[in-house]
Amino acid sequence: MPQNPRDIRRRIKSFQSTAQITKAMEMVAAAKLRRVQEAVQLSKPYLERLQSMLAEVSRSARFVKHPLLAQRPVRRTGYLVVTADRGLAGAYNANVIRRTVQEIRGKDKGSYTIFAVGRRGRDYFARNGHPIGGEVTGLPDSPTYPHILPLAEKIIKAYGDEEFDELYLVYNEFINAVTQVTVMKKVLPLATHTDEGTATGNTQYLYEPDEEAVLTEMLPKFAQTLVYQAILDAKASEHGARMTAMGNATDAAKDMIDGLTLALNRARQAAITTQIAEVVGGAEALK
Amino acid sequence: MDVALEVITPDRVVLRTQVTMVSLRGGGGELGILARHTPLSTTVKPGIVKLKLPQGEDFLAVASGFLQVVPDRITLLVDTAEVGSQIETERAQRARERAEKRLAEGGPDVDMVRAQAALERAMRRLEVSEMSAVNGEILKQLL
Repeated sequence: MPQNPRDIRRRIKSFQSTAQITKAMEMVAAAKLRRVQEAVQLSKPYLERLQSMLAEVSRSARFVKHPLLAQRPVRRTGYLVVTADRGLAGAYNANVIRRTVQEIRGKDKGSYTIFAVGRRGRDYFARNGHPIGGEVTGLPDSPTYPHILPLAEKIIKAYGDEEFDELYLVYNEFINAVTQVTVMKKVLPLATHTDEGTATGNTQYLYEPDEEAVLTEMLPKFAQTLVYQAILDAKASEHGARMTAMGNATDAAKDMIDGLTLALNRARQAAITTQIAEVVGGAEALK
Repeated sequence: MDVALEVITPDRVVLRTQVTMVSLRGGGGELGILARHTPLSTTVKPGIVKLKLPQGEDFLAVASGFLQVVPDRITLLVDTAEVGSQIETERAQRARERAEKRLAEGGPDVDMVRAQAALERAMRRLEVSEMSAVNGEILKQLL
């Protein structure tokens, strides 16, 4: 703590401008969060419908073998790690990276591959020499399906080419604006999803050209949609985390300002007291 | 006799309305669907979807996807769907020129398949936009 009133005033000013910036960032994050939350809501009907259609087809096409459903011996695992492009979001990026590192620690570099979404994750894994199978950076704050499609297609294709044998998504799941939970979810092979079977009723559908063709097109689309929704969810978490982090920073700056103002007043009082004592002392001496 | 139609993309529900008939290109060929159609599930090829509405006809440009029909509802799940009257013709025109140029230039770093797809997409959008203009942009009022 500086003692001199001039230094204290300078510190207060500096904290004030910091608080102003963090406050602005908090509000920007809040606005972005609202937009992504809307996008998350709007994206739900597609997945729901696709899921129920898929369940119907799977029922009719039980015999069909599809690579996305096939459990293969795992030689290499793929991780799709969703981070942000920027920091200043509290533990948002650190949590995802830590969770991934926990998984791959001690594993041979040939036994896993990383698909990185977001500059933070990409930079970390590249710097530490982890194998990177694909990356996307610079996603907009509210990504749409076409933004995610190239990566999603690439991942599905790589899986089809047996470049890896299972895929996990690692990202922060959005609970609410202040709570995000880092999760790891298995996406490929898809078997677990379709087994649950959301099929209702016993409507017999006609399939064109046939069950197999419909299923073959639907499975990759389904996997892509899961990836898309996870990234949207992660984006919501990112803005939530940033909003909270910036809110905390603003509060901390305010606390510092309060403390410094108190110190400033004390220093000022002390100076005045000293001056009065000097004046009184001088007057006494003249008597 | 009308039937409920829903057009849904991964981003949002594009359209929810009553239609008299839907025509599109399915995985097994051209399809025309009226109310009380038998339950049907099919793939949808990128192309133009024609909607016959009580008020008249309008068109959608769609990417690939799926179609599910039950007697009282038609659900169209596609990667993208654009109503003709909402397409920005200038943007589509520019995209078309860009794709044509890329195809003409060729060269090693041009992804021919992608450029071809981009060209087809742009032409589809232009066509739909024209068709909608002729038909008085009916869907615009529904959006």
